[in-house]
Amino acid sequence: MLELQNLYKTFNPGTINQKTALNGLSLKLNDGDFVTVIGGNGAGKSTMLNAVAGTWFVDEGKILIDGTDVTKLPEYRRAAYLGRVFQDPMTGTAATMEIQENLALAKRRGKPRLLRKGITKAEREEYQELLKILGLGLESRLTSKVGLLSGGQRQALTLLMATLQKPKLLLLDEHTAALDPKTAAKVLEITETIVSRDHLTTLMITHNMKDAIRHGNRLIMMMDGKIILDIEGEEKKKLTVRDLLDQFEQASGEQFANDSALLG
Amino acid sequence: MEIMNLINALPGAAAQGLIWGIMAIGVYLTYRILDVADLTVDGTMCTGGAVCIMMMLNGCNVWVAMLAATGAGMLAGLVTGIFHTFMGIPAILSGILTQLSLYSVNLKIMGKANQAINVDKYNLLVSLRYIKNVPVWQNTILIVAIAIVVLIALLYWFFGTELGCSLRATGCNPNMSRAQGINTNFGKVLGLMLSNGLVALSSALLAQYQGFADVNMGRGAIVIGLAAVIIGEAIFGKIFRNFALSLLSVVLGSILYYLVLQTVIWRGIDTDLLKLLTAVVVAVFLAVPYWKSKYFSKPVKKGGNTNA
Repeated sequence: MLELQNLYKTFNPGTINQKTALNGLSLKLNDGDFVTVIGGNGAGKSTMLNAVAGTWFVDEGKILIDGTDVTKLPEYRRAAYLGRVFQDPMTGTAATMEIQENLALAKRRGKPRLLRKGITKAEREEYQELLKILGLGLESRLTSKVGLLSGGQRQALTLLMATLQKPKLLLLDEHTAALDPKTAAKVLEITETIVSRDHLTTLMITHNMKDAIRHGNRLIMMMDGKIILDIEGEEKKKLTVRDLLDQFEQASGEQFANDSALLG
Repeated sequence: MEIMNLINALPGAAAQGLIWGIMAIGVYLTYRILDVADLTVDGTMCTGGAVCIMMMLNGCNVWVAMLAATGAGMLAGLVTGIFHTFMGIPAILSGILTQLSLYSVNLKIMGKANQAINVDKYNLLVSLRYIKNVPVWQNTILIVAIAIVVLIALLYWFFGTELGCSLRATGCNPNMSRAQGINTNFGKVLGLMLSNGLVALSSALLAQYQGFADVNMGRGAIVIGLAAVIIGEAIFGKIFRNFALSLLSVVLGSILYYLVLQTVIWRGIDTDLLKLLTAVVVAVFLAVPYWKSKYFSKPVKKGGNTNA
């Protein structure tokens, strides 16, 4: 489904802030894989997702989605293949537009936008049904401006938008990190529901090791712009947080720096 | 200080306000919808008039001339758009560059700094002579008002289409827009073209109205446009929520601006100071939302339920 071949990306080359964020990264996802991604700060997790999404172009390497080479495709054209949810709830939705208008925008992802109606009556009914799945009471607020919603509501809506037009690949960039624990759990639950319902190939970054173990069929750990651990199937089911920490210390020769990974 | 002088001047002020209202709608499109302050309009506000007057002097029909003027404005918007998107120049600077180059272009279009057109010899659509003592259907105020209603209806329709919605999303959240497959660069260029097309149309009407096009007629246009947008929103923002009504409030803001201006002139203010006054008023109005949030912020009201 997704194939990353030997990706390299250096930010601010030739300056004091030079940072090699991707260092020969390769990864191959199978159809229907739900992969959780963990790693310390600066490991290259978000950089990997941004490389796939096309926020900028990689320095070297190739990105294939479903066999199509998208390495040189601009962000807005790659969007046809991708559903994305960001860490910041403000990023994924248009605050000054209505809930239904946001959904209508997402519904047209990957399609030409011409002078047809921006939203039809049939769509409104469809969205109402879909919003019920979230269980947040948004189905009665179709014409509310998204800016009025809470962070959790916005993330849930973004998730719905990302999957409204079934994507070949769903990219979740710590999409629960900015939420309180209870809300985060709810959004993760919705994520699980939608991913398994639509059998979506998914890459989910998380800082929470428990979540990384609990969700998905495959787990990868990144460090210094490379994948240092790739566990799937039965082996992943048996994983514990302790195992992951041991693996991390073994690979890096240092203590895991982030307490929230343990405590979360 | 004769009150009759003021009353006699008001219909003219209203007509000017209406004509500038079209320009203000153009500013609204970039400033409010695309979230770009486009300074191109200072140049476009002359280009439209220059093209219109020159074509009419050369025997063109008034409608053809105005259409060409609008097209010229869209071209100016295209140039700014290319500066901004393709060449990566910040929006404000892109507008300034186009505006500066338009000064030369406008001079070349007109051949000199000022070109007059005689209302008796040419078939003008609007003129300051068509305010009083003309048949109703020839009245400038009525004609421009109808034009505005048609324009607002067209824009209302357009911003409800898929393309129009993508433009609104581009201005609101470009990151989200790209993630949803919207070509934000195309949206910005199209928005700038639409906006400058409207400004040039307004300019074409203004040139006919005053009977001449002048290379300086657009100086400070952006500030007048912003003043109209801000006045309209301050007065009607609370009641006019619908998009079409927001556009109407901008036009009303423009009319109010010209009525106030006329009154201030009637009170005998030194007209040299008018632009300074306008700038100060706009600066203060722009600062009000900032001051409000900084010094008078209340606890944030949570919207709706908060269970997620």
